[in-house]
Amino acid sequence: MPVTVGVGILLVSRENWLYLFTNQGETAMEMPLPDTAILSAKARIVARLRGVLPPDAVIDDLAELRAYECDALTAYRCPPLAAVLPRTTEEVAAVLRACWEEGVPVVPRGSGTSLAGGALPTADSVILGVARMNAVLETDYDNRFIRVQSGRTNLSVSGAVEAEGFFYAPDPSSQLACAIAGNIAMNSGGAHCLKYGVTTNNLLGVTLVKMDGTVLTLGGPWGEASGLDLLGVVCGSEGQLGVVTEAWLRILPKPEGARPVLVGFNSNEVAGACVADIIRAGLLPVAIEFMDRPCIRATEAFAKAGYPDCEALLIIEVEGSEAEISEQLARIRQIALAHDPVEFREAADEAQAKRIWLGRKSAFGAMGQINDYMCLDGTIPVSSLPHVLRRIGEMSVEFGLDVGNVFHAGDGNMHPLILFDANKPGDLEKCEAFGAEILKLCVEVGGCLTGEHGVGIEKRDLMSVQFAPADMEAQMRVKDVFDPKWLLNPAKVFPLATSATRRAG
Amino acid sequence: MRPVTEAELAEAIAGAAGPLLVRGGGTRTIGRAVGEVLETGGLSGVELYEPGALTLVVRAGTPLAEVEATLAGDRQRLAFEPPDLRGLLGREGVSTIGGVVAANASGPRRVQVGACRDALLGVRFVDGAGNVVKNGGRVMKNVTGYDLVKLLAGSHGTLGVLSEVSFKVQALPEAEATLVIEGLDDATGLAMLRKALGSPFDISGAAREGGRSLVRVEGMAGSVAYRTGQLKALMAGDVTVVEGAESAALWRRVRDVTAFAGRPGAVWRLALVPTAAAGVVAAIGGEAVWDWGGGLAWLLVPEGQAEAVRATVAGSGHATLIRGEGAVVFPPEAAEVAALGAGLRARFDPRNILNRGMMG
Repeated sequence: MPVTVGVGILLVSRENWLYLFTNQGETAMEMPLPDTAILSAKARIVARLRGVLPPDAVIDDLAELRAYECDALTAYRCPPLAAVLPRTTEEVAAVLRACWEEGVPVVPRGSGTSLAGGALPTADSVILGVARMNAVLETDYDNRFIRVQSGRTNLSVSGAVEAEGFFYAPDPSSQLACAIAGNIAMNSGGAHCLKYGVTTNNLLGVTLVKMDGTVLTLGGPWGEASGLDLLGVVCGSEGQLGVVTEAWLRILPKPEGARPVLVGFNSNEVAGACVADIIRAGLLPVAIEFMDRPCIRATEAFAKAGYPDCEALLIIEVEGSEAEISEQLARIRQIALAHDPVEFREAADEAQAKRIWLGRKSAFGAMGQINDYMCLDGTIPVSSLPHVLRRIGEMSVEFGLDVGNVFHAGDGNMHPLILFDANKPGDLEKCEAFGAEILKLCVEVGGCLTGEHGVGIEKRDLMSVQFAPADMEAQMRVKDVFDPKWLLNPAKVFPLATSATRRAG
Repeated sequence: MRPVTEAELAEAIAGAAGPLLVRGGGTRTIGRAVGEVLETGGLSGVELYEPGALTLVVRAGTPLAEVEATLAGDRQRLAFEPPDLRGLLGREGVSTIGGVVAANASGPRRVQVGACRDALLGVRFVDGAGNVVKNGGRVMKNVTGYDLVKLLAGSHGTLGVLSEVSFKVQALPEAEATLVIEGLDDATGLAMLRKALGSPFDISGAAREGGRSLVRVEGMAGSVAYRTGQLKALMAGDVTVVEGAESAALWRRVRDVTAFAGRPGAVWRLALVPTAAAGVVAAIGGEAVWDWGGGLAWLLVPEGQAEAVRATVAGSGHATLIRGEGAVVFPPEAAEVAALGAGLRARFDPRNILNRGMMG
């Protein structure tokens, strides 16, 4: 029998990442019933954890455990049995080994910024937080890598190498807070992945601890990994295959400079065609961001970035030396002008560049000023952009809820923001139903449910829209091999009914 | 067996009485497996090509040359530059795109754009029990479920037989230029490659062959000229610049290891920590072609040196026997890693019929 944990969903954003607040709606998320044998053995299990960790690394006080009851999907909450904060790979191994022997589920946690509920505990689980493991272990500029403990935050990885002119490319919008461990678990992307790829393309190797406490190394700082690409499947496995404690990350030399342009259009179709033409011309901007009219208007009212009042707006950023930037922008201007834009605005200096980005970076906050909203993360083929935007517009009328679109157009990763009123009975349910319809549409046109946020619990039950039973079976086999007892983050990614027999075993 | 549809492929595998030797064109197979030959060449043709979205979906048995010609028609290409190893391995035949994926075959541009696995967006395959499985898709960003796409790339047909693959492709650059640096010893010549890769000039190739270090830049004409000039000032040694077709020819030689084609001896492929590369190769001896700034070394040595090669490489990388007698082909793995690989194979191919023994 499933049990209900937490209620409601409501998201507001501030500058960099989303905050979600619980409301008093009726929406429920099914989670497995906690194992009563584990709950009643709490004292013994905690004592055992204390036996393998320093005293300050084990938390079992209920009030303190509140800090671990949810991640950034705060609509759903449940305090864990205990939380542990190890400092070394050996301590992680000792914890996992103990939990494996006791049959206690473990939920790994980076910084808790998952928007998908990836670090949501169950009452019978131990939260394994890597936050104290944040050391830089090695920087090697000649071989262009950095090795860090996985609790280190994304931005502080770049911070550790910027004095030498290097950076770490994946830049999720939560990068100030999110940990490399979570980036690897979710295969995080960011605004600049059009050029530099996502986490999996910048990850050279990991130290991984399996649920049974075995420590292993996958990949390393050499030209390529050997054997089966286990590193490739660990990245993006949402903490279900093992706990990554250390990682070798590719660092890149910083480009000489960067500059954005803003282009406004009178229709989404034309903006979409312009994106396709830029890509087809062989230009490789580091970012192509897209905003539609509802989003532009909300943003203007909120941030007053001076955006034109038009149907669709692109922000395109290019990199290189001054001459290279000019060369690329001239070409982009030529392509854009052929599409009869209502405005083409090039940043003449740093202040103007900031202004162009200001609206885009305030977009989530601006939408949050209007109402509560839910942020989606489906990806579509770029060619389907006009069709999908039209359908979303039609559905918006059908559901009676406004929606704004702001997304990474270069790679088709959409972030529709559905506005609703959390205090209005039934609105949240309508919003979630609308969201599910949009994600189904993404799959229907050849895309996917999630481009960079992950499945977690949020999209778990939509997996069967994208995957046939055999497709999910093949994925679950991988977990069978890494974690035969299904103790690591077990109630995530796969629909509960699909994983039921395995979790029971 | 030569199925022409995915359903026939599934049927052939489900009904197989014994081991199957999966073969695209057989032009780059390196492991040793036995069994009835299962050819994928019948599964041929482009399913979808959207140049404006940089997306190609193609059936796995499609010849690589056909894929490249299709892309070239729209001034695009596979960014990862798959090598043609027929000369090196002394093979005939037609390389297939599925074989490229199964080997994760990746050329010099890996230093800039990643390997085949990084350009691969989706796969369809038939596992050893005859189940059709799909993973990934045709979009650029996708974190829905586990990434079996990566797992299948480089699995050498041991987890499943690919029926369809999709790629992110790349527009052909307007210009390319290569700095040719002569007059340096290996250690210094490789240090120049690392220096170039550590610069902000977006290097798309960093190799050393025949006593020359090669550094490539590609892109818009003005940008290529600018970066070439900047790099020239950074490099020591005697630097000349070649462009266009002449530059492309240099990189085909590196990519295909043409220098070792038709010459006697064993050929090893070493994945190395770049700064350790010169020392490792000097300790082993033999002749090397270096790529990826020293992260990869192709090594021509007399037959029978497997133990020395592997012992010297240990700690700095790993060694695969690409051409030669006797020794185990794939690098040995730590016991716990090997156990995971064996576990995956046992579940994806429970009867152990797909390329049995290929990867050890």
